[in-house]
Amino acid sequence: MLQVHNLCKEFDGIKAVDDLSFTIEENSIVSLVGPNGSGKTTAFNLISRFLKPDNGKVFLEGRDITFFNPFRIARLGLGRTFQNIRLFPQISVLDNVMLGLGYETGERFSAALLQSRRMKREEASNIKKAEELLEFVGLSGKRDSPAEKLSHGQRKLLELARILALEPKIFLLDEPIAGLFPETKRTMLGLIQALKKKGGTILFIEHDLNSVMAVAEKVIVLNYGKKIAEGRPEEVTNNEEVLSAYLGKRRV
Amino acid sequence: MEYIIHILVITGIYIILTLSLNLIVGYTGLAALGHIAFAAVGAYTSSLLALNFGISPWIGIIVGAILASVLGAIVAYPSLRLTGDYLALATFGLGVIVYSVAKNWVGLTRGPMGLPGIPAFSIFGFQFSNVWAYLLLVLVFVLITYLAIRNITNSPFGRILKGIREDEIASQAMGKSVNKYKLIVFVVGAFFAGIAGSLYAHYITFIDPSSFTVMESIAILLMVVFGGMGSLKGSFVGASILVVFPELLRFLGMPSSIAAPMRQMIYGLLLVILMIWRPQGLLGRFKFK
Repeated sequence: MLQVHNLCKEFDGIKAVDDLSFTIEENSIVSLVGPNGSGKTTAFNLISRFLKPDNGKVFLEGRDITFFNPFRIARLGLGRTFQNIRLFPQISVLDNVMLGLGYETGERFSAALLQSRRMKREEASNIKKAEELLEFVGLSGKRDSPAEKLSHGQRKLLELARILALEPKIFLLDEPIAGLFPETKRTMLGLIQALKKKGGTILFIEHDLNSVMAVAEKVIVLNYGKKIAEGRPEEVTNNEEVLSAYLGKRRV
Repeated sequence: MEYIIHILVITGIYIILTLSLNLIVGYTGLAALGHIAFAAVGAYTSSLLALNFGISPWIGIIVGAILASVLGAIVAYPSLRLTGDYLALATFGLGVIVYSVAKNWVGLTRGPMGLPGIPAFSIFGFQFSNVWAYLLLVLVFVLITYLAIRNITNSPFGRILKGIREDEIASQAMGKSVNKYKLIVFVVGAFFAGIAGSLYAHYITFIDPSSFTVMESIAILLMVVFGGMGSLKGSFVGASILVVFPELLRFLGMPSSIAAPMRQMIYGLLLVILMIWRPQGLLGRFKFK
């Protein structure tokens, strides 16, 4: 589904991502872990092309997307969320989700100017779709309030609903459960597993190792921008290099 | 009475300018400070076409609006790379350039001497030269502008514009071609500003660069902010109040040498008060970021 080959990115001489390669299989849940500053978010930004890689290539379903614009990559089926949550704060929860939905007619200038009937039909069916997605993440009650009025947990859920609207083939979730209450955390992990059941592919960054162990089928560990381990969760946690770089500190 | 109708005509022209700038600034969140430059292109184009080639203002107003759109597309280019204050400075620069060209390219624009004797609109021999007829003409254009911008903003297309205002990066992550939308918004905004410029020129029948200073761009921006960013009704209210209010000063018996600077000071004061008490504008719902 997603292949990353020898990805490199330097910031002022510091190698944020250093020769990173991995493959994500279709319909799997993979977690990207590593200490703070190990280059996880940078890797996400390089894959979704919000940052330009110094070197390396990214393939989505066998197609080289390394030099595509971020919006084209999103259209090709790579949906991402952001570590610090990027919603559209002053517009309604429903409209936030609707901005993720695909349009054939309504996004065209001429259709808008002439208020085409096709656009209105499309809009009506999209409102239904967006309401279903809000139902799915449990935000139906907040339909009309502006996104900025939501709590942290609700924002995370809204960001997920919005990315679902995009119907991506692969989800890149940047710390989907960070800072959530235990209950919301369970909801979110349940949703991630539900995504997989629906045929989705998920790559997510996470610090909470218990959650990683619970849902991930494969774990990729980064340290100083380099991949130091990759494998099933229980394999990786027994890897010595990983223990000393990351898990070891927790066990002391 | 004629004086009141005259004020209404001017208000109508400013409403067109305010609506079109609201599309750029209020809906899409692009800080543009050179709006009067588009009006200048419209005004000079249709005036020069009429004066030098005897071309009908009906054609001139369209050609002027199209040329203003071309300038809009050129301005859109920096907006693809710059945001916020930097874009404001870049568009401010554009306003200065257009003003300087109008002032210094004497061979074309007659510079500070201006262009006198610009012909009026006419249809089947009927001249739109009295204020009542002209008011009707301006109102038709106000209506067209309002309907166009209302339709554009009241659609999935318009939702994307708001998305760009709220968060460009998130818009891209949602698969929206942000650059394409910015370009369209500048082209459309400039088009209607060009129309407003032509309407002004063929109404006053005289233009010179002093009508198109950067202060004018700021005044239009003020009307947008005052009425409310992202509110079309707000643009009607903002433009009306800020055009009519200074006129009231005349009735206080102030000599024009005091009334003119007073106008600037009152604008400034209103803006300060508004930013403190109601930063989203009278009818707006969205704040500056």
